[in-house]
Amino acid sequence: MTEPLTLIDKLWSAHEIVRRDDGESLLWVDRHYVHEGSFHAFGKLAGRGAAVAEPRLTFAVADHYVPTRGSRRDIANPEIGRMVRQVEENTAKHGIRLFGLDDPRQGIVHVVGPEQGLTLPGLLIVCGDSHTSTHGALGAYAFGIGASEVAHVLMTQTIWQKKPQRMRIMVTGHAAPGVAAKDMALAIIARIGTDGATGCAVEYAGPAVRALTIEGRLTLCNMSIEAGARCGVIAPDDATFAYLKGRPYAPDDADFERAVAAWSQLATDADAAFDREISLDGGEIAPIVTWGTSPEDALPIDARVPDPAREGSADRAKRVRDALDYMGIAPGGRLMDIAVDRVFIGSCTNARIEDLRAAAAVLAGRRSKVPGLVSAGSSLVKQQAEQEGLDRIFREAGLEWGESGCSMCVGINGDLVAPGERCASTTNRNFRGRQGPGARTHLMSPAMVAAAAVHGHLADVRPLLAGRSA
Amino acid sequence: MEKFTRLSGAACPIDQANVNTDQILPARFLKWTRQMGIGKVLFHDLRFDAEGRERADFPLNRPAWRDAKIVVAARNFGCGSSRESAVYALYDYGIRCAIAPSFGDIFSGNAVQNGLLTAAVTDAEAAEIMDTIERTPDVPVTIDLEAQTIVCGNKIFRFTIDPVRRKRLLNGWDDVALTESFRDRVAAFKAADRAQRPWAVPRGEVP
Repeated sequence: MTEPLTLIDKLWSAHEIVRRDDGESLLWVDRHYVHEGSFHAFGKLAGRGAAVAEPRLTFAVADHYVPTRGSRRDIANPEIGRMVRQVEENTAKHGIRLFGLDDPRQGIVHVVGPEQGLTLPGLLIVCGDSHTSTHGALGAYAFGIGASEVAHVLMTQTIWQKKPQRMRIMVTGHAAPGVAAKDMALAIIARIGTDGATGCAVEYAGPAVRALTIEGRLTLCNMSIEAGARCGVIAPDDATFAYLKGRPYAPDDADFERAVAAWSQLATDADAAFDREISLDGGEIAPIVTWGTSPEDALPIDARVPDPAREGSADRAKRVRDALDYMGIAPGGRLMDIAVDRVFIGSCTNARIEDLRAAAAVLAGRRSKVPGLVSAGSSLVKQQAEQEGLDRIFREAGLEWGESGCSMCVGINGDLVAPGERCASTTNRNFRGRQGPGARTHLMSPAMVAAAAVHGHLADVRPLLAGRSA
Repeated sequence: MEKFTRLSGAACPIDQANVNTDQILPARFLKWTRQMGIGKVLFHDLRFDAEGRERADFPLNRPAWRDAKIVVAARNFGCGSSRESAVYALYDYGIRCAIAPSFGDIFSGNAVQNGLLTAAVTDAEAAEIMDTIERTPDVPVTIDLEAQTIVCGNKIFRFTIDPVRRKRLLNGWDDVALTESFRDRVAAFKAADRAQRPWAVPRGEVP
C-alpha cells in the first residue's frame, strides 16, 4: 500500500527534477509570469549574455506601472514611461509574449493568468510578485520569487527550493450572506498572524472553501502571502474545470477531457498527514475591516478599536499604540465611527468581475459620500463590466471608472492616497505608506468598501443588502 | 556573490514587528537601479520626514548606528512584497546581517542570493540584544556563521538558519552554474514530462 499523500506532496513530486542530499530540490517551472518590475532580472541576463530557456512558457504583462487614469499612451511621467517601454523591449528581444498596453487582454498578472487559461491545475507557476499565491486557487503550486530567482528561471526554466511544511486550513460550515472570501482571508490572518504560515505551503479545505466560487478562491489564495505562506492551494473540482473550459490557452476538445482526468487526481488522500492543521468555523465569520498597519490587525465591523491600556503585554500595547498613532484613530471607539476620505476598488485581490458586481450591487441607485477609484483587474473584466452596465453604476455613484492595472494598491504608477488621507480599500496590504507616504489604509471586501462609500465611514454592508440580490 | 564567514560591527535596533519590504524600500524607489545608489533610500519614509529631513528618532540616524552593518528587529522582518530591491537597499547601505525571531520567506530567499545573512533568534533573545545595544550603543556585535553565534557584549547567542542557506552563504554559490551542471537531468525530465503531462503546455504553443 502506498503512503497517503497531500495535494502539496503530489504537486511537489510532479515537478522535482533533482533532490540534493542537503534537502534542496530543483523544480521544473511550467509557467513564468513577468512584468515591468522584472527589469533587474533581464539586466542580469544581459550581464551574462544569456538567453531565455523557454520563452513560450514565459508570459509578460504590463501592470505595475501602467497608468489607470488619464492617457495610457502618452505617459506623463517619463520614468514610468520608461518602465513600460523596458518590458516591451525585453520581451521583444527574448521572444516572450507580452500582454502590453495595446493588448485587449492586458491586466494584472494574477487576473490575466487564470482568465487566459494559462494558469491550470497541476502547474508550477512562479512570478516576481508575492501575490503569485493567487494561482493556487485553481490547484496550481504557485509562489512569488525575487529578482535573482526570476533571472534563474528565465535562464533555466527551473528553480531551487526546499520543500515547505504542509499546513491545512479548514473552514467548516457555511459563510453567512454578506460575508465574502476576503472576510474569510482576513479572519484566518487575524487568527494566525502575518507570520502564522511562514515556511508553509497551505491547502485550504472544508465546505466553506469548497462553496466559494473560483473568483472567491482566487481572493483567498491571493492573501496567503499575508499570512506568511509560501503558497496557498485548493484542490481542483468541477467548478475549476467549468471555469477553465474554453479559455484561450487551456487545453481544448479531447485534450481537455484528458486533462480533467489528470487534474481529478489532484486531491489530498484520505489520512494524509499535514505538518500543521487549523480549523475555523465559516459560519462565525462576519464582515471584517482592518484597523491597524498589518493585515493581522483585523476585526469584525461591529467591534471596537483596540485599546493599548487593555492589552496584556507592554510589547503588544506599544505595537497597538504605534499603529493607532499612524492610523490617526482613538483607542476604544467603534470601528463604524471611523470616517473615510476615499475608496479604492481594485488590485489582484479583489477586482474580478464578481468583485465589481458585489460592489455595484451595494452602490446601485446610491451616491458615494467620498471620492474613489474603481480599477478593473483586467481590460477584459473592464469590458465585461461595461457590457453589464456596472461602470454606469460606479459613475452615477460619483466614483471614477479607471483602466486596469495595479493602480492604487501599490501606487507606483502615481495613483496615490494623499498623506493623512484614509482609504477604504479592497487591496491586500495596509502597511504604513503602502498606498502613498502617510496614507492610511483599511482593508475589506468590495461590498464593504461600497458600504463605506455610501456612509462615508466604515460600515456594515449587510443592512444595505436588504431587498437586493448581491 | 561575496562569501559570508564572520562579521563584526555596529548593530542597529529596529524595535518593530512586521517590518515589511515596503518599509525597507518604499515602492516609488522600485524604478531605481543599484547604480543609482539605492542604499541612500533604505528605510526612506522612516528615516526622513516629508521635507526630506532626517528623523532624529529613527535609530539608523543616530551617530552610533549610522554605519551599522547589522540590524536587529522583532518578528517577521522582511514580510510582504517580493521586491529584491529591499535586499539591495540594505546591502548597498552596508548592512550584511539582519537578526530577528523570524523573516518573510521570500525576503530571506532574496537575502541569501545576495550575501545578506538572516540570523534567527528567539523573541526574548532579539529583545535582549536590542536592549543591550540600546543601553550600550557602541558595543560591537560579532557574528560567526560557521559557529552560528552572535557575540553581543559579554553574551553569546546561538542563531538558526536553514542549513542549505548557511552553506550557500559560506560558499558564495552561483545558482545558475550549479543548475547548469544538472543540464542532462533537466532535459530528461522535460522529455518525460511532455509525454506524462501534455496538457501542461499552453495551447497553441510548442516549446
